[in-house]
Amino acid sequence: MSIRPIRISINALGGQGGGTLADWIVAVAEAAGWTAQATSVPGVAQRTGATVYYIEICPPSQREPVLSLTPVPGDVDVVLALELMEAGRAIARGLVTPDRTTLIASNHRIFAISEKSARGDGAYSSSRVLEACSRAAKHLLVADLESIAQKHHSVISAASLGALAASRALPFETNAFREAIAKGDRGVKQSLAAFEEALIASAEQPLPSTVGPAPGPGPTAAQLEQLPASVRSVAQVGGLRAADYQGKHYAAIYVERVVRICAAEAQLGQVSDWRFSREAARRLALWMTYEDVIRVADLKIRRGRFTRIGAEARTEERQIVRIVDFMHPRFEEFCDVLPRAIGTTLANQRWARRGFSKLFERDWKVATSRLRGFLLLGTVSALRPLRPVSRRYADEQARIEAWLESAVNAARTSYELGVEVLRLQRLVRGYGDTYSRGLQCFSLIMNELPRLMEAPDAAARVHELHEAALREDDRALNSLLSRSPAG
Amino acid sequence: MAERSFAKEVQRLKLGAGEQFHGEGILAVAKALLQSGVSYIGGYQGAPISHLMDVFADAESILGELGVHFEQSASEATAAAMLAASVNYPLRGAVTWKSTVGTNVASDALANVASGGVTGGALVIVGEDYGDGSSIMQERTHAFAMKSQIWLLDPRPNLAKIVEMVEHGFAMSEASSTPVMLELRVRACHMHGQFSAKENVRPAFTLAHAMQNPVRDVERIVLPPANFLHEQEKIVQRWPAAVSYIKAHQLNETFEPAEAGALSDIGIIVQGGLYNTLMRALELAGVADGFGATQLPVHVLNVTYPLVDDEITAFCASKRAVLVVEEGQPEFIEQAINTILRRAEVSTRISGKDILPLAGEYTGQVLHQSVEQFLEQFTGKARSAPVKPTLAMDAVPVRPAGFCTGCPERPVFTAMKLLQREIGEFHVSCDIGCHLFSILPPFNIGNTTMGYGLGAAGAAAFKSVTSGKRAVSVMGDGGFWHNGLTSGIGNAVFNNSDNVLIIVDNGYSAATGGQDLLSSRGAKKMRSTHHKIEDAVRGVGVKWVRTVETYRIKQVKGVLKEAMTTAERGPKVIIAQSECMLNRQRREKPLFAKAVASGKRRVRQRFGVDEDICTGDHSCIRLSGCPSLTVKSNPDPLREDPVATVDNSCVGCGVCGEVAHAAILCPSFYRADIVHNPSRWERTCETLRSTLIALLQAGAERRRRARVASQ
Repeated sequence: MSIRPIRISINALGGQGGGTLADWIVAVAEAAGWTAQATSVPGVAQRTGATVYYIEICPPSQREPVLSLTPVPGDVDVVLALELMEAGRAIARGLVTPDRTTLIASNHRIFAISEKSARGDGAYSSSRVLEACSRAAKHLLVADLESIAQKHHSVISAASLGALAASRALPFETNAFREAIAKGDRGVKQSLAAFEEALIASAEQPLPSTVGPAPGPGPTAAQLEQLPASVRSVAQVGGLRAADYQGKHYAAIYVERVVRICAAEAQLGQVSDWRFSREAARRLALWMTYEDVIRVADLKIRRGRFTRIGAEARTEERQIVRIVDFMHPRFEEFCDVLPRAIGTTLANQRWARRGFSKLFERDWKVATSRLRGFLLLGTVSALRPLRPVSRRYADEQARIEAWLESAVNAARTSYELGVEVLRLQRLVRGYGDTYSRGLQCFSLIMNELPRLMEAPDAAARVHELHEAALREDDRALNSLLSRSPAG
Repeated sequence: MAERSFAKEVQRLKLGAGEQFHGEGILAVAKALLQSGVSYIGGYQGAPISHLMDVFADAESILGELGVHFEQSASEATAAAMLAASVNYPLRGAVTWKSTVGTNVASDALANVASGGVTGGALVIVGEDYGDGSSIMQERTHAFAMKSQIWLLDPRPNLAKIVEMVEHGFAMSEASSTPVMLELRVRACHMHGQFSAKENVRPAFTLAHAMQNPVRDVERIVLPPANFLHEQEKIVQRWPAAVSYIKAHQLNETFEPAEAGALSDIGIIVQGGLYNTLMRALELAGVADGFGATQLPVHVLNVTYPLVDDEITAFCASKRAVLVVEEGQPEFIEQAINTILRRAEVSTRISGKDILPLAGEYTGQVLHQSVEQFLEQFTGKARSAPVKPTLAMDAVPVRPAGFCTGCPERPVFTAMKLLQREIGEFHVSCDIGCHLFSILPPFNIGNTTMGYGLGAAGAAAFKSVTSGKRAVSVMGDGGFWHNGLTSGIGNAVFNNSDNVLIIVDNGYSAATGGQDLLSSRGAKKMRSTHHKIEDAVRGVGVKWVRTVETYRIKQVKGVLKEAMTTAERGPKVIIAQSECMLNRQRREKPLFAKAVASGKRRVRQRFGVDEDICTGDHSCIRLSGCPSLTVKSNPDPLREDPVATVDNSCVGCGVCGEVAHAAILCPSFYRADIVHNPSRWERTCETLRSTLIALLQAGAERRRRARVASQ
């Protein structure tokens, strides 16, 4: 029986410390008298790209082994993937095969630029990759190695070495791995801590839980009772949100609207799962709690926010955290919160715009954790009682009513079309240019709706327009609209 | 200061005879140069040989002890010209660069030194940036070797072999009066391995000897009639001398089967650099083991140019078929072998690019499949089934290279993107360097790139006088000093260009690993730095020059707009300055930690996004692309789109806030200033302040609860 060198591939992103991990593995092997060869491809891949470190180790032998510099599909014994999609990439490259490969994968995500920059949700499916992991590997070890590393102020390479030791894929004692880390010259203590925790965590594999918190009792319990059970839970969250935003009365308006939608859906005569009403309840809550300066100020000064920022900054005792908020109020947003008549008049006055720009339209850095900044935002948030008479309030309520009516009308033609119209709310969000652009796209599609309704595939068409509106290129939606034939 | 420090590793350069060296391929080459008695070393950094330059920069004291002169050359042309020292004197010299791009730059000097020939050994170590991880056009250094008749070594990727070939390289160069190139592929450069060391050799004939006793030989200078003589010499003397050196020292190797078997009448000729990959392919095909024992003969070309006709004919003569494994195109070696065999009237069937792919890297998988196809064709051996991955490649996102966290070059392109929204799109001529990442998402800025330092030259044809619009070009400080000052700026001044040039001045040759430059602002003992780009630009006659700090996005945008619209004629140069964040962090992080540990007051800044204010549009990401600015699932059960978030790698560069302001994005960005070791007075104030705020918050919280409470 001839000796077979062990082939190990580390699939990582530039900057994750894959090189350090490779060095440790080489050190472990060489300390045991083995021959080790490791290669990598630095260069531009180091800057956020995917990169592979490849190691071959061979037990002591009379003859000198000829070790390969690149992994060959179907011929790799251990794959260490330092990120979930990199595990997927290793599988797609054929490096993980059920006859031989031990796959050690961290299930955390580092999103690629295409995933992050999408206007909506551009994330690739984690479950698809996880499922492939379980099919492709001979032995599989999945853990959130990044969290373990962060917990100990260390790097993922140390946690990965712990997982590798735990996997018993290499014939070396756990202590040999510890010694390799201990011989380093930086962050030894933290690395060892991460190593030890990964060692234990890899032995027992907890499954991630995705269950969210249950919503509390709603503001308008009696009215909610009228709703079908499946709509009620969404409406409850929505009602809470509306009450938090503007008070009980506003929540009542919300629930009244949801009740109205349910009644309309019931009249559609279709036996349904109330999907239309649920979608409406969700979207309506978001729209009714549109983002204005009052809302932003209110959220900025909350106690929960201060606690969250402290936790994110990972402060320790005797450290002080100061918060500085970046704001750029625009003239339009100022007019938005003024009483309707005044706001509208003012918005059309050039002198007002000029004056405002001089006084307010600048880069505000508000020190929210200082008294002055806190009180400034507190004052703005205290404008809440005036909101119902504000200019924006009137505009938004009118838009909401029109949108709901269109959706119900559309649903009468086609149930799916109704749902798609409701989903268009997603475009109307954000601040400044984002908001104006979103609203413009929304209006364009809504204007097209009467004509679209005559088409047999209206729902699919609206969906397509919706997706086009989310693309970065503004021309996407327009070109689609211009070639859309009437009916 | 380079990105990676070899201060510890360079101690291994001192290893003596018989001691075991463990380390990276590049470091082994450095050791081999010292073992060969090299007198001078030069080069220009670039993957995959950046580390060779870094190793020498960190080893200056060791080099000094041996009397070796080391220079970080201004360009590959400078490095190649340095070999002139070996023309008249028995001085061994080595230069290095990234190939083929560096060889392109160096070829004028290389052709001259190759024409006149050398007395002392002249070795060029080229990092062949080909295949996986490469960032340049896919070409072969082999063509340069052939055109100038420089010998090309391509050793087996085994540290002992590489070291041996470096030593032979010098001797062969001297034996044949010809410069020699040693080609190292990317992975070989970064390969960790071991070899048995020898003592370093102090050159017997020194640079001082040469300078004190100048030698002049007009026949070594490329000018008629010597140039015609050189061509004859190459063919009549130097080539045969090289061939006999290769034969005498058996630089090429033939591995025969232990006993003649069914596969002895076919064989493989392989470039040395591909030997290990080939052997793995043979092992997987079941005709070799993991220790180099093979059932079919393999001839390894550790010298790929020139070929030794006798060796080739001897290897092929007794065989039915021979597979030539030669990476890259055109297939120079395969063509040459066919010519050799035809002249010798050997009828062996030569396979090569008829079986192997015509282009692209020869990875283990490619060679495995091709070797099996060769075996099937000539022996009928059945092929194994290829591995079928259980996941399609489209299930995972591509990861284009991008700017690092906190990179000072990012805001320049944010400003450019914002300006394009305002004044419309313009033509952008790019250069080589980190800034070239602008062509990728999320910026998608840039139309062409013509080579290092050639950003401005790339826009030379666009005379804006008639179009009413100006072209913008980008150049890094690395490219600027490499040649851009003359090829781009001098050229623009001389030809009355009206275009706009942005010079990204981050203080280092950042993309190649953060090496120092003329304009670097760190204090260097061995180098002269602090020479301002602005002075150089004004020196060649540019009148309109502005210097801006890159992180001030509004300012950068304003200056760029001014440059695009000003009535002033002539080239407009904007120097966008800020130190490379990688280097800055490497310098400042340990100092910060030390100060904090010793109880000193320090403030760390990091940015964050309020998850309940972010609406999941991700405009901020499209204007930044910072690795630390990412997304996470929306904590709001009603919302579907992920929210932006800043992870712990944030270095607090401030671009997020600048973008939020400059693009009037959204109010969800905040900065957290974390004060370490605050003073007692500061703590007292803070306690007071936070108590008051907590009281106010408690009141607000009560009212809020009342607002949402059940009726």
